[in-house]
Amino acid sequence: MESRRVFGSEPRTAGRPDGGDVMRGSEIAPVMEVHDLSMYYGPFQALANVNMKVARHRITALIGPSGCGKSTFLRGLNRMHEIVPGARVEGRVLLDGEDIYAEGVDPVRVRRRVGMVFQKPNPFPTMSIYENVIAGLKLGGRRKKADLDEVVERTLRQAALWDEVKDKLKDSGTSLSGGQQQRLCIARALAVEPEVILMDEPASALDPVSTQKIEDAMQQLKKDYTVVIVTHNMQQAARASDYTGFFFIERMGAPGQLWEFGETEKIFSNPERQETEDYVTGRFG
Amino acid sequence: MTALAAASVVVALVPLAAVLFYVAFKGAAAWNKEFFTGLPTLFGSGGGVANGIVGTLITVALASIIGIPIGVMAGIYLSEYGTGRLGSLIRFVADTMTGIPSIVAGIFIYGLVVLNTGGYSGFAGALSLAILMIPVIARSTEGVVRLVPDSIREASLGLGIPRWKTIVRVVVPSALNGIVTGVLLSVARVAGETAPLLFTAFGSDYFNLNPFKGPMPELPLQVYNAARSAYQGVIQVGWGAALLLVLMVLVANLLARLAFRSPGGGR
Repeated sequence: MESRRVFGSEPRTAGRPDGGDVMRGSEIAPVMEVHDLSMYYGPFQALANVNMKVARHRITALIGPSGCGKSTFLRGLNRMHEIVPGARVEGRVLLDGEDIYAEGVDPVRVRRRVGMVFQKPNPFPTMSIYENVIAGLKLGGRRKKADLDEVVERTLRQAALWDEVKDKLKDSGTSLSGGQQQRLCIARALAVEPEVILMDEPASALDPVSTQKIEDAMQQLKKDYTVVIVTHNMQQAARASDYTGFFFIERMGAPGQLWEFGETEKIFSNPERQETEDYVTGRFG
Repeated sequence: MTALAAASVVVALVPLAAVLFYVAFKGAAAWNKEFFTGLPTLFGSGGGVANGIVGTLITVALASIIGIPIGVMAGIYLSEYGTGRLGSLIRFVADTMTGIPSIVAGIFIYGLVVLNTGGYSGFAGALSLAILMIPVIARSTEGVVRLVPDSIREASLGLGIPRWKTIVRVVVPSALNGIVTGVLLSVARVAGETAPLLFTAFGSDYFNLNPFKGPMPELPLQVYNAARSAYQGVIQVGWGAALLLVLMVLVANLLARLAFRSPGGGR
């Protein structure tokens, strides 16, 4: 591969950077597996041949410079990518062994199992805090006769927001501060009880205190859920995640690729590839 | 420059204010008990417009029942699904139709409905008004629904809520204030239309509570008839009716403003 010679970096392991080697020996099967995923916006290829395994009950961080496809990849995991007209996907994404892109699979049902929290907090403006949390349950069609009060309290506690809002659940969702709104969105995503929670730079629009609260919440979430988080904040990835995937784009207009994947500690202290090391040490970004 | 702009505002407002004050001045004198409870007379003291008030209310209500759901749903379609060629076509047709001369709408319904159902009716009048309402409501609804941020739609879809439910339960409620405003403004505009009613509702000197049978008295038509009369008393009643119409439009516009401002208006 010419371009890799120019950069002077060859992967030392012969295998593809999918973490498969890393997780061999772990008894728990990965909750999601990505096989040769390529993603397109119309004729433009945004992502090429990504292979990755997402470990169950762990936090996987996706890092890399802007424009290298991290967010696109994240949206490929819950079929949000195809909402854009002309978007399409090649390859397979397995959730508990089943390809979510197979013929006849309803994207709506995929999204109930793989939830998402977005970069900018987006609570529903016409609903109260209480209604926001249960919106996914009420409108998602899950006719569970669950005690809604219990769900609201549990998810708000998991999102580290309960104490701040327990006395004002009827207030509008937008009456909260930015950090609180984002935690509300996390609680809303949790109420649907997905298996995997995707987070697209959830704290990038927030202050450090809110960011810390969200990171704390993430650590708690690990017990019951799997988290995949895209972040520009490398320190956040280093301190909060178990596995890290580094995305890279070789030149302008080329598709993004998963350049390296492994345990977070290794990626940040002793990465295999030069570009990874350059990025995590801040030589470019 | 500021002086020029200010002067232009004054010039623009003068005709408007003049109309309002003159109509109020001439029409207020006509407002008495007989005006509101009596029937029109062809000569003499002028009578009243009670039947016209009732008729206009019935016709405009019927036009709204027909026009509002169609217009709002068309607007929602254009905003949420209308990115393709069909959407552009519909948009073009709607834009053109907002400019249809109102008498053309009336003649159209005359040919289509009045001639085929054997006569004038309030229903035919309502149909012609609805034709005028629908494109306006559709475009204003589309505009307001489009303004709902995409982040809201994404949040809903990301929760695994199907697209149609996202639109009905999340997007439209967020836009409800604006939709109501557009609807009220369009109703206000149509309440005073005279030309489309000439050959559809036709007008009447008596009460008619059945919009499907027989000519329907209409306030704008009564203004028209009264103005042509040779009798001062009748003309006076015409002024009173004109004032009433202006006030109806004013109230509808005020309601529209209130609806838009109130945060609780959207559920």
